[in-house]
Amino acid sequence: MSSNEVYKDMDPSLFEFASRDGEIRDTKFETKARGYLADALVRFKKNRASVIGAWIILALLLYSVISPILSPYTINDRDKYYVNYPPFVRWIADLHIGIFDGGAIHESQNEVSMAQWRAVAEETGMDPVLKILGTTTTVSMYRGQERVSVTYKIKTNKYYEQGMIFRVFSYEDFEKIQQYQNETGIQIIYPYVESSDIQDINNANIWYKVSDSRGTPVYDADGNFIPAYSKNKAKEGAPYNSIRIEGDDGSYIYSMQKSGAVQCRICYYNYYTYVYGHEPMFLMGTNSMGMDLFGAIGIGSRFSLIFALLVSVINLTLGAIYGSIQGYYGGAVDMLMDRFADLLAGVPFTVVTVLFQLHLAPKVGIVPSFLFAFVSTGWLGMAALTRKQFYRFKGQEFVLAARTLGASDKRLMFKHVFPNSLGTIVTSCALVIPSVIRSETTLTYLGIVNIQDFAGTTLGTLMSQGQTSMTSSPHAMFFPALYFALLLISFNLFGNGLRDAFNPSTRGVED
Amino acid sequence: MGRYALKRVSLMLVTLFLITLMCFVLIRMLPPAELPMNDPHTKVVQARREAAGYNKPYLVQFWIFLRNIFTKGDWGVSDVLYFGQEVSTIFVSKLPATMVVNLYSIVLSIPIGIAFGIWAALKKNTITDDIISTFTMALISVPSFVYAFVIQYVFAYKLGWFPFLMKQGTDWFSWAMFKSMIPAVLSLSLGVIAGFTRTTRAELTEVLTSEFMLLARTKGLTKVQATVRHALKNCMVIIVPSIFGEFISILSGSLIIEKLFSIPGVGMLYLNSINGRDYPMFMLLTVFYTAIGLVAAIVVDISYGFIDPRIRMGSRK
Repeated sequence: MSSNEVYKDMDPSLFEFASRDGEIRDTKFETKARGYLADALVRFKKNRASVIGAWIILALLLYSVISPILSPYTINDRDKYYVNYPPFVRWIADLHIGIFDGGAIHESQNEVSMAQWRAVAEETGMDPVLKILGTTTTVSMYRGQERVSVTYKIKTNKYYEQGMIFRVFSYEDFEKIQQYQNETGIQIIYPYVESSDIQDINNANIWYKVSDSRGTPVYDADGNFIPAYSKNKAKEGAPYNSIRIEGDDGSYIYSMQKSGAVQCRICYYNYYTYVYGHEPMFLMGTNSMGMDLFGAIGIGSRFSLIFALLVSVINLTLGAIYGSIQGYYGGAVDMLMDRFADLLAGVPFTVVTVLFQLHLAPKVGIVPSFLFAFVSTGWLGMAALTRKQFYRFKGQEFVLAARTLGASDKRLMFKHVFPNSLGTIVTSCALVIPSVIRSETTLTYLGIVNIQDFAGTTLGTLMSQGQTSMTSSPHAMFFPALYFALLLISFNLFGNGLRDAFNPSTRGVED
Repeated sequence: MGRYALKRVSLMLVTLFLITLMCFVLIRMLPPAELPMNDPHTKVVQARREAAGYNKPYLVQFWIFLRNIFTKGDWGVSDVLYFGQEVSTIFVSKLPATMVVNLYSIVLSIPIGIAFGIWAALKKNTITDDIISTFTMALISVPSFVYAFVIQYVFAYKLGWFPFLMKQGTDWFSWAMFKSMIPAVLSLSLGVIAGFTRTTRAELTEVLTSEFMLLARTKGLTKVQATVRHALKNCMVIIVPSIFGEFISILSGSLIIEKLFSIPGVGMLYLNSINGRDYPMFMLLTVFYTAIGLVAAIVVDISYGFIDPRIRMGSRK
């Protein structure tokens, strides 16, 4: 029984034609059409972590551009005294809120050293002791008598702590400093103290009478220090016509003869201000070379970033060309080229770098040979990726169509197949950059490659310098490491997000 | 399968041979280290260099090099670091430290890594998963020396639980030695843990959504039963080969971690031979590292075939 027979009793007038004259067509999209890029962007924006990553990258890039400009120091300003000093900014330190105050902890300071801190404070007007964190009282028997000794745990400002140093100046410099003192009112040169007057102690910070060679001070009736400034006019190095300290009746000498020059006792903090034109200000402290970390990190990361960008551009180009040829021709060509790639991939990267450094560096320089090392094996990953994409697309109809129309191999490869793999390639670029930064930093950290002369410094070098003084000044390791970690993490977040956005099919599949 | 393995191994040997040849020539092209004048070993080193054919063509030198290795196990004498001593003896003496540290690290990290991976996969798209994934991401992105610094600073310096550097001596399995290794082991492990967590999580989320899991639940298995018996088994296909790979690379050690914690191991030796320009030592270690890398890759590839019968290796498409 056919269906026509079933429905034959139905009245045809019940039915009407849906459309007889009008064309049948899809309804138009009411929303706006979205292209590939816009679509990817929407997907990318949905991935919160990647967007955060992108912002962090931007901030870090900005930092590396701006910080060397903002920093009052260049990479060659290396102070001999302010080495491994914690972060210090005068006007924040004056607020006494515990940050940027150059603070360092000193354990078990006895009365003698406490007296010395006090003396520094009294003489320079800058109190190095920020806070007494604790006191320990120990009672010991000494020659049959009970002796109570108190030790303090204190937090001091390392910049003020430096206090006085002895320094030799030529006569002209001595004059210049005096002039500077007269103009600004900042006292640099302080009265000279002869070590013979203070029990032969060779310490510029002791200006008071002491009773023994450990530096125990002798106090007057009011508990004040008794000055031990030299009045030995016979030994005075040069006439002094500038600020004198309080209580000086003109008899103190401010310099000491020193074969054709003068030796002075100077307040280092103020002397620093005189030399650099501003007070010491280290937002991130100084490292073991005395560099300002704030600027140094910017300069070090500049090299890493530019280098990584350069390497990934070269590698992507090389790899794309190699992979295209491999993937397009296939067969014996593919196999041979694959074996060659395997061979290169088998050499450990450290070996490649070292060999390039040993052979090429003397001829073309360290940085170019370092670049060659990265390029020589770096393109392998990109080539494999492109090859895979070519295998995926080369058998498809549009390629056949183009071939039928007489397109050459080159045209087929780069006009028809390659653009299809572009998404993959571009997104993998965002993951190549952090991996280059990572290996570059690791190699400079280990000291296998040393590019300080070219780049000033690098993140790796900064970190290895910080490593040496890790316990006493962790900030020297912490800040470069923080920048480095943030850079790598954010680049990876960004890269992963980009890859997911451009290739939704590979979403969640890592690597 | 057997044929495939054979093919891979022979290819590997050819690759190793060619890389060795390449590196050998490049290293011998460099002027050899200057010998100190009044050292009693200088004569010995000179004689050994003569025997190794330092003035002959490179290919002849290479032939002598290979012949010495295969007939006498002789890799030459160190001419900078351990002046006049056999390179191979020094190398073998450095192996235990590296192996012990890495062994601890692997034994620690594999179970933890897999456990975290499973946890994250089961709690996918929850806050737990987010936290684990973020940590994994961070640990994988950042090289080990950055968190080695944190570990060293916090545990060894601030808290003082562990010594700063690894203990000297050869009592590899004593308690004091173990304790001194812990910071190094931790630093090594974090990266490996993160790696395993990521792989396990990715695989398991994939498997958990597949149809046979639904079937397993439908036929009455509890969630735990289904996960353990079916899902885990399937993701082990990916994880187990990487465990094999890790086990081979315990020999190689890490340049940075060994330097930081002063582990007297292979990585440290490698670094010293590079910085000290000790070419015979560098040659031996180059061959060693190349071989480790190649063997690890092969073992991973071949073990896929053994573990999962569905993967037919080397069959024509």
